Order: sequence, then structure tokens, then C-alpha cells
Amino acid sequence: MTSRVEDEKTSNPGASERLDDVVIRFAGDSGDGMQLTGTQFTNTSALLGNDLSTLPDFPAEIRAPAGTLPGVSAFQVRIADYDIHTPGDAPDVLIAMNPAALKKNIGELKPNGVVIVNTDEFTVRNFKKAKIEQDPLEDGSLDGYRLFKAQITTLTRRTLEDSGLDTKTVDRCKNFFALGMVYWLFSRPMENTEAWLHQKFARKPELAEANVKAMKAGWNFCDITQLFQVRYEVDPAQLPPGTYRNVHGNTSLALGLVAASRRSGLPLFLGAYPITPASDLLHELASHKTFGVTTFQAEDEIAAVCAAIGASFGGSLAITASSGPGIALKSEAMNLAMMVELPMVVCNIQRAGPSTGMPTKTEQSDLLQMMFGRNGEAPLPILAAASPKDCFAIGIEACRIALKYMVPVVILSDGYIASGSEPWRLPEIESLPDLRMDFRTDPENFAPYQREEDTLARPWAIPGTPGLEHRLGGIEKAEGSGNVSYDPANHAKMTWLREEKVARIANDIPPAEVDGEASGKLLILGWGSTEGALTGAVNLARRQGLTVSRLHLRHLNPFPANLGEVLAGFERVLLPEMNTGQLALLLRARYLKDIETFAKVEGRPFSRNEILEKIQQILEADSHVN
Amino acid sequence: MSTEAPVLKKKDFQSDQEVRWCPGCGDYAILSAVQAVFPTLGIPKEKFVVVSGIGCSSRFPYYMNTYGFHTIHGRAPAVATGLKMSRPDLEVWIATGDGDSMSIGGNHLIHVLRRNVGVKILMFNNRIYGLTKGQYSPTSEKGKRTKSTPMGSLDNPFNPLSLALGAGATFVARSVDVFQPHLKATLQRAAAHQGTAFIEIYQNCNIFNDHAFANVTDKPARTEQTVHLEHGKPVMFGKEKRRGLRLKGMELEVFDLVTEADEEKCLVWDENQNSPALAFAMSRVLPPEMPTPIGVFRAVERPSYESAVVSQIDQAIEAKGVGKLEDLIYSRDTWTVS
Repeated sequence: MTSRVEDEKTSNPGASERLDDVVIRFAGDSGDGMQLTGTQFTNTSALLGNDLSTLPDFPAEIRAPAGTLPGVSAFQVRIADYDIHTPGDAPDVLIAMNPAALKKNIGELKPNGVVIVNTDEFTVRNFKKAKIEQDPLEDGSLDGYRLFKAQITTLTRRTLEDSGLDTKTVDRCKNFFALGMVYWLFSRPMENTEAWLHQKFARKPELAEANVKAMKAGWNFCDITQLFQVRYEVDPAQLPPGTYRNVHGNTSLALGLVAASRRSGLPLFLGAYPITPASDLLHELASHKTFGVTTFQAEDEIAAVCAAIGASFGGSLAITASSGPGIALKSEAMNLAMMVELPMVVCNIQRAGPSTGMPTKTEQSDLLQMMFGRNGEAPLPILAAASPKDCFAIGIEACRIALKYMVPVVILSDGYIASGSEPWRLPEIESLPDLRMDFRTDPENFAPYQREEDTLARPWAIPGTPGLEHRLGGIEKAEGSGNVSYDPANHAKMTWLREEKVARIANDIPPAEVDGEASGKLLILGWGSTEGALTGAVNLARRQGLTVSRLHLRHLNPFPANLGEVLAGFERVLLPEMNTGQLALLLRARYLKDIETFAKVEGRPFSRNEILEKIQQILEADSHVN
Repeated sequence: MSTEAPVLKKKDFQSDQEVRWCPGCGDYAILSAVQAVFPTLGIPKEKFVVVSGIGCSSRFPYYMNTYGFHTIHGRAPAVATGLKMSRPDLEVWIATGDGDSMSIGGNHLIHVLRRNVGVKILMFNNRIYGLTKGQYSPTSEKGKRTKSTPMGSLDNPFNPLSLALGAGATFVARSVDVFQPHLKATLQRAAAHQGTAFIEIYQNCNIFNDHAFANVTDKPARTEQTVHLEHGKPVMFGKEKRRGLRLKGMELEVFDLVTEADEEKCLVWDENQNSPALAFAMSRVLPPEMPTPIGVFRAVERPSYESAVVSQIDQAIEAKGVGKLEDLIYSRDTWTVS
């Protein structure tokens, strides 16, 4: 929390402090509604024009035993009056709804940070559940922080004692009491959340009313008791002009796919099977039936991808979405799509593996799975989204490549950007690429495996077209005719054609563009969701006078045509990845260039400071050598 | 449309690919029956799509001069579901075998049936794995000695019709490769059905499981041990129709028709019953104790899955109008920076 200006505010006897950047973490039991509370704070801050970035962190268990450490659910949001790239490293403010939430999160709170606790939950029974020996509110362990205590449960009950609602229902309003407190502390208006509650509980107005009342009570409690002595304000960020909305990665990806459907004139078909953290893509697309979107919740991951292949054969813009374990099940069918050369987009919203791994935690460890996880020589184009808002553009780009080259295309996203959010400057619809294409209709000289000269794409001839009857299949096909062929020379030729088709995409994507000097001592290279942390760290390093360049890859197969040249221009290339060095492996093999891996496999994203320290280390070590 | 369509013939559905099943394989007869029936359906040739999985029977699409898709092992129903959902105008047929549909693809089979997707499933049952050269299949009889079960298989076999009925199938039938008129008539019935049509076709694999259906196809079993189920008619069999099936409690039993009046005691076949219970009981009627019933076991009308999918989209559009991309992207809380 960096304070810029202090001034005396007139409306309130307490001081008001202006901050340019603050990180707030809401933590409580997974039944306490912390994700909801955080989301409301985020949306209100977005409407105020702050730049922001969010990081939900919830357990895989839907309801772990209440009050226990595994049951803690947290939502971190960073708001700022300037352009930020990450949800922040350590929180400035922690809201802890119970002892377990405090224990699990206090270690990360900045020194002298604000911690707000619901004292009603600080009971011997709950200490036991959270495996706490002594009352942390009394034992001095919080001395280094600014502790604010409130009987949130009691106060909520008192507020709603005339509501006629039962105690259980009343207690479920306490997160809105807490939200009201935080709204007061950060001088945010409550109208947006109030409107949202009325909409959400349109059919149960008594619940809407109770939550609004609890929220206002939380606000008034702070106003009257002067609990905090100080209030904070965060001004709107100076973002480029335009219309903005706050968007999660999965939403943005879904919108990108719908946009691609509209821009191509092809109906969108999604085959999916529920899996964390990809399910929201299914939910979002299922709600867009007015766009002619067909969603199919299949019996399993295999059926989901196979249905998408069937829809593609029929002329739809076909999508399947999953996460690593589900993709493993899909791999045989993805290979079929590659072999029959039908367009499809496969979204892998990565999570921490291997096997079931840590479903709600993030990782970038499926790159090699997507690259190589199929039998035989089976090249597929791979794209990676860099941030929540980038998912929109990546969705469209993946569809463009799939349709133009008649090939299944992989999108890599991950839990961090899928459920994280940031402001998105909305594009002009007319500026979106035109993806219209033609099905083959002319029977004259038709052969299903005859290729376009430049793209090597085969024709898309859909059933129902007279005179183009043909058979597809996973068995090797004769060049041109597509008939079953076991001819050795033909197999070699077809293998190289499939390879070459994907390789040629390199000429059809933007060249790698370095942020900073185009050559020099150190290049920070990244891909996927690390972009925010890398950008933030590089910007900070530069402010400290360090010279460091940055390059972020969105196309991982094929690589941009100039990548080898760019890499050769740097003495050292540092590649932070949330895996043990997967992209580095590919780059070394391809360019014979030494790439230094900075690995992190903790199920959590890189922090800006981790990267910054690494940059400092490298540049300092080098300056000693020289 | 149908008046303008050219008259199609069997040869219009024969592809230029050399058929490569073993000489004497039952698959030839099935191929011939399908090629004979398709031109009679009044459907333009380009609307047909034959989808298959892996196995001998799954080579089927290559020999049909229609759109075709030879997919991967067990997955034909899933591919066909996506195709039919997105293109309800197409006539989608699946060629599959007992291993493809009941073993590796068992999950997709039960789900396509419960959803009632408008596809026709031809399940070639030869009770053996042919393409991998002779291992036992999920419909092989218990105790069967094969390369993979030298001391006899330990698995209880699936009863394909019981399985289909249990999964909620709306059309279930059985026919036999060599009973050409019966097979063609059954294919025609399947083609006319709205939802999923499931036909188990007894198919002789003369290399790895020859004579598997001798108790249906050989004389005198062909007449003496085979029951033709016909809707609305008493269930009788034998050359002189002197034997019949009647209900005893929850099960069916064979009895001899001695007098005219005994005909009254015969079960009168009703393929349209809402409950699948009777069809299920009939699916359990099998040799050696009982004869083999062939024909339509169940045919009930329910809306097809794809029509329901399309209708939800239509409803949404009727209620809210065709979606506008601009509204979608700019829909949620937005703010402007100038």
C-alpha cells in the first residue's frame, strides 16, 4: 500500500489517505462467501475506474469441514490508479473471517498491514479446528500489524433481528457486513452491489434486503465507531481511452469464440465435460443460445471431443475445452482430428498436475503434453493466452488458424488467468478479423486431400453437398484421393505434409517483438499467464536503472519466424515458467541456444518480486564478472 | 424436393473401393442389404453419413458411396451425436461391432441411447474380436476358449438388447446377416424411426467364430428355433406354428399349441408398450433352452435429442431475439475512460 498524498477530508473527522496501489485479501471459510465478497469489491472498483487484477484462491473441496485450514477460501484483489499487471504479491489488507483464515494468510500480510478479524469466531473450539494453541488476538503474534476487531456475526444478527429470517440465513449475510466495512475503509459506493443483490435475489426479496441491510450496517458501524481512524481512496487509473469492463479469462475466451463464430458465419459447437478450472467456459457458452451456440455436456471427455469432431465434419466451428487430465483422455481423438484435417479448437485450461494434481491451483505444465502427447508424428498449432483479457484475442486467433489451415488448434490458458480478472478495453466489433471462408461445393475434380498451394489446407466439404461424397478416417490416406493407403512413400509424404502445414503458419503470425532493447545482456522470456508478473518486474527493474528486455510468446507452435534471431541477440535469456522448464526444452532443441529456466511449481503464480530479484541477481553477478 | 430427386439405385451406394472382408464373412450380406435399402428411403444420397469406430465392421463406410467417417475405437456414437446435433438434416448411420460398441465404446452406446439421438446403429454381433485375430468379446459366451482365454473366458456376456433396453432405447430390433428380406425390412423400420434405432445383427465370422449362430440360421433351427416378432400378432413359431410363447409371472415360457383355443394363450406382441419390461423379458429369451426371437422388440416415439437441442435455441431466440455481438461484449457493467 503506497500512499501518495495525505489530506484532511471534510466529510469525516478521520484522516483520509490517498493510495495509488493497494492489495486486499478476503479470507474466510469456504461457506462464508468470500469469492462473492471479493468479486463485488472488484466490480465496484472497476466502475470507479481503477485498474485492477484479481486472484481467487479456493480449495478443491466444495465444503471442507467448517473452520478448518483446508476449508479456507480467499480472494485477492489489487486496485491501483495506474496500469498494473498482477494481483499483487503480499496483501496490504487482510479480512479474516475466522481463526483458520487468519492463520493461513497472516504470514503473507505486509509488515504493518491492516488485519480485520471477526472476533465472534475466535473461540476455543475454532482454535482447535484451526490447530491454534493460543488466541492470536491476545498472544502478541499480531503486534507487527494494525489489528481491527469487530464482532461481525453478533452485529449482523443484531442488525437482522427483526428480519424474520432464521439464524442460519442471517449468519450467511455476515460477509456483506464485512464488505460494507471494507467499502467504508476504501471510500467505495454501495449502490452497485445493492443493485446486484436486488437482481440476484429478485425472487427472494427478503434475502436481497437482508444482505443490503447487513452491508449498510457494516458501513455505518465503521462510520460511527471510527474503528479505523483513517480511510483510503484510490483514484481512477489513467488507462487508454475507451469503454472497459472487468473480465475473467474464461469469460473472455468464451466471448472470443462467440465472436469468431459470428465473424466466420459458422455456428459454434462446444463439446465439454465438467472439469476445474475449465467448466466456466461451458457455463458461459451455454448461456449464449441466442447466438446459435450449441453446447453439449458429454458423458465423458472423449465423447466431448468426438462430438466436436462430428460437428466440425458437419460444418460447425467446433470447440472442446478441458484441463490436463481431460486432455489426456482426448488425445486419441485430437489425433484423429489432426489426421482427418478438420478444424477444431482445443482449450486446455491448465491446472497443477500430474494426475489429479491440485485442481484449483495453477500451473503451466501441459505444454509438452499438448506438443507431444499423441501417438505418431502429430503436430498441432499451439497458442497461449497471456492474461484474462488476452483470452478473447487468442480465442479468435485460434479459430482463424483452425479454419484457414484445416487443423485442430490448441489454446493454453490456466487457472490463474481463467478465474482471475482485469479490466478489458472493449474492441470495436468492426475491427475484429473477418473469418469468412467457403466450403467446397464444386464436384469438378474434387479430391478430399487435394491441398491449397500456400496453406496446404485440404478442402472442407461438408455432408449434404451433392457430388462431394467422401470418406474420412484415421487410417493413412493417399495424397489427394484420401483413399486408404499403406504405401511407404505416401506415408512419408503425408507425414511431411502435415508437418509442413503447421510449420508454414509461422509466416502468418506476427513476428516476435521485444519490449525494450532488441539485443543486449538479458532477455526475460515468457509465455502464458506469467506476462503480468514479468511485465511488472521488468518495469520495476528499469526504474532501478537496470537494462533488461522482455519478450512474451503467444504462439508456441510454430514459433514466430524471427524468434531464433531475437534469442541470438541476447547474452542471457531467462525463462520463468510454472513448470520445470518445458518451453526452455523446446527452445534449446530448436535454436541450440542456452535458455536459463526459472522454475516455479507451487501451484501459485510468480510474484513480481521473485522475478525482480532474479533479474537483479543475474545483472549484478554479471557486473561483478565484468 | 423428393419429386425432383433422381431415382437412386443400389449401385449408387457402392463405392469404388475394393471390399476387403474375408471371403464368406457375414459383413458382405449386411453391406448388400444396406446398399439395397438406402435408395428406397427417398433421401438424397448426399444426406447420408455412415460413421464407424474400429473393427472389421467399422470398415463399412469405405464401401458406401456416401459421406463417411471411420473414427476411432468405440467413439462412433459420440462423433455421430455431434454431427446429428449440429446437422439434424443429415441421415446418420453407425456401423459398429460387439467389441467396438459394448466394450471400449460401451459408455457412448448407453448415452446415445438414453439421449435418443436420431441415429441408426447397426451392431454387427459376431461374438468375437476379428480384426485383432480371435480374442473373446463382451458378447462371447462364458467359458469360450480363444487365444486370450485358453482355459475359457470367465466373463459373463452382455445381452445387447437387454443393455439397449436398460439404457432407455426407443427402438430395439434384432436381425440376422443371412435373413436378407428380414434384415432389409428391419433396416427400413429403423430408418423410419425418429430417435436412436438400435439393431443387433447376428453376423457370422467364418474365420474366428464360425457357426456361432447355427442355432438360428441352420435348418431346421431357422424355422423351428426362430421366433418372428410381429406387432399385434401372437408369438408363435415352428414350421406348423405349433409352439408359442406365453407369460408366466414375470417371465416368458414356451408351450405347445394343441388346440385352436391355445392360440388365445399366446402372448400378442406389442412393440409400442410404454414400459420396456416385456421387451426386456423377450430379450432374455435365448437358446439353448428357448428359441431366438428376431424382429422389432421395442418402438416408441419420443422427441429426438437434436430436435430438443434446436428447439431450446429457437426458444431462446424467440424470447430474446438473435444475439448481437456488440451487446454481448458490451453487456456487463462497463465504464468509459475518455
